Amino acid sequence: MTTATNRAVRELAEQSYQYGWTTDVEEESVPPGLNEDIVRWISARKGEPEWLLEWRLRAFRHFMTLLDDARLPAWANVSHPPVDFQAIRYYAAPKAAAELSSLDEVDSEILRTYEKLGIPLEEQKRLSGVAVDAIFDSVSVMTTAKETLAKYGVIFSSVSAAVQEHPDLVRKYLGSVVPYSDNFYAALNAAVFSDGSFVYIPPGVRCPLELSTYFRINAQESGQFERTLIIADKGAYASYLEGCSAPMRDENQLHAAVVELVALDDAEIKYATIQNWYPGDENGKGGIYNFVTKRGKCAGARSRISWTQVETGSAITWKYPSVILQGDGSTGEFYSVALTKGRQQADTGTKMTHIGKNTSSRIISKGISAGRGNNTYRGLVKVLPNAENAVNYTQCDSLLIGDQCGAHTVPYIEAQNRSASVEHEASTTRVSEDQIFYCQQRGLTREAAQSVIVNGFVREVVKRLPLEFSVEADRLLEVNLEGTVG
Amino acid sequence: MLEVRGLRAEVNGVEILKGVDLSVGAGETHAIMGPNGSGKSTLAFALAGRPGYEVTGGEALFDGEDLLALPPEERARKGLFLSFQHPVEIPGVRMDRFLRAGYNETRKSKGEAELDPLQFDRLIRGKAKSFRMDPALIKRSVNEGFSGGEKKRNEALQMAALEPRLRILDEIDSGLDVDALREIAEGVAEMSGPDTATILVTHYERILAYLEPTHVHVLMDGRVARSGGRELAREVEERGYDRLTAGAGV
Repeated sequence: MTTATNRAVRELAEQSYQYGWTTDVEEESVPPGLNEDIVRWISARKGEPEWLLEWRLRAFRHFMTLLDDARLPAWANVSHPPVDFQAIRYYAAPKAAAELSSLDEVDSEILRTYEKLGIPLEEQKRLSGVAVDAIFDSVSVMTTAKETLAKYGVIFSSVSAAVQEHPDLVRKYLGSVVPYSDNFYAALNAAVFSDGSFVYIPPGVRCPLELSTYFRINAQESGQFERTLIIADKGAYASYLEGCSAPMRDENQLHAAVVELVALDDAEIKYATIQNWYPGDENGKGGIYNFVTKRGKCAGARSRISWTQVETGSAITWKYPSVILQGDGSTGEFYSVALTKGRQQADTGTKMTHIGKNTSSRIISKGISAGRGNNTYRGLVKVLPNAENAVNYTQCDSLLIGDQCGAHTVPYIEAQNRSASVEHEASTTRVSEDQIFYCQQRGLTREAAQSVIVNGFVREVVKRLPLEFSVEADRLLEVNLEGTVG
Repeated sequence: MLEVRGLRAEVNGVEILKGVDLSVGAGETHAIMGPNGSGKSTLAFALAGRPGYEVTGGEALFDGEDLLALPPEERARKGLFLSFQHPVEIPGVRMDRFLRAGYNETRKSKGEAELDPLQFDRLIRGKAKSFRMDPALIKRSVNEGFSGGEKKRNEALQMAALEPRLRILDEIDSGLDVDALREIAEGVAEMSGPDTATILVTHYERILAYLEPTHVHVLMDGRVARSGGRELAREVEERGYDRLTAGAGV
């Protein structure tokens, strides 16, 4: 390895995590451990109806069966010591933080927290054109712009509030895309989910604001198990973005979320994620285990769902935002940037299941591996027998920085209809010294050159983020790639 | 402007430059000729500071300042421009944004105000026009999918925007047809003046018809074997390198 490459690797190893502080706030939490009483306690704490408690309990029993049989998902290309599910606190919330309507009621420490994260909740400071649901550990502390949205009939609230205010909608759709029996972590989530966002866009309404949720883990030993449900009724449109961060801690913390999207006839949902959970230190100590199930159902004809994700954080990322293309002529898209550095591991990709006729899907995945990071794209394109004229295009590009990182591409294609057209392209490249030197020769520093090259590599994905957030994504990738020294 | 004395350089532990002397003054054009492997490109890269081209001896002064002590970007900001023989592709990075970043860094280093995107757009469009470059190219990814000729025009365009004082043109004539060569060479000539100097690294004499050299050097086995005026280039063309240096008793 040349000196120059050595330097590039060291520069990458030395970046810092800027969101690693904690907020000093009094929290109400349950003791560590998972049992039926905890599930009942969470449900009772939220004043849930009987049907929801029953659902949670079924999920809990299913999860315990899987756990007893040690049926944990083992197929992902990641390694970690076994998670002790009895050592996790399944509920932690700032005291007196049950859904507040006025800002005055929100703890000033929490307001400061969001301000420091760049998401001011005070009305005059808010990003224009964006409604924010702020989730702190297990609960939503604030949802902004509710009144503006209500004028359009748009419901944007925490899931807990929706359970109270719109029980029929929640009951109809909760678990309809990701049933509790879907997988190990989905079962756990269904049993103990605390909060998350709920969105309903009525027929024909184009949601006038970007909807956004910011997840912050603060409490120690706690896990975050949010559940988000977004429904776009016929002809409706919504653009949603989530961001997340967590303090730096030596122990690993579990984040096992479930996101369900439902698009009815002619509806469109764009869902974007900027994931910046604490990745652990350079030796792999600490960091978030991000084991997430995200799935959208294009239930209606000509509906569209697109996932865009920029994954820069977490010790381990295990997520496959997927689309079930049930409606005829529906479209699913997945655009992903996953960056692994230090000792981070990511096994991420998507599943596109073509069921209806004339459905199409598009997958663009950009993996960046640096340091000792390990990055796997895993994707399934499945065309069922009745899915006439299904079209898929998949492109997986990997960028390697240094020679101790790993990049893997694991595409699965199952086409059961002869009319299907499935196309897959893959490439692996390195940030070359030639490119860096070329930039330097035009006046850019080495660090700026790396940033320019990486930003170019991910451009196709980042440009799909709402404008307000693409800048944030660029900055994150920069923070992640620039050395803290020099 | 540039004083090179006894410059030695290695690539992968192999000594390529074995003591090069070169003195380039303002207003001059120096042609560096020589067979493949004689060290022409290595000289260009060593002066520009490319990693992997390790200088093991000698010195290079740019306006009296130790050039070799500076990182590549500072050499560039001080006015040293290298036109690449093989311009590098940077997928996803728009040409005009890339160049604006370098341009503004250079201005900043001189204490000058940066140009905003609109101002820079005006500047770059004007320059593209004078090189008969398709303005659509400057909105595309850096060199990606450019033809050989487009890449060379693009190098010239960047040079025109950055307005360097010392221009090192590494085989700017390779891969160009006669018309493109003439247009680019004439463009470079137009950008020349009493305050600029040019080092032309080339195999062939033909570009010298458009960029009249004041000095010609023949590089053989890592050293300047012969120096002279325009006539030396003709001699190279007529006799070839072997006989030329044999005649010189090297």
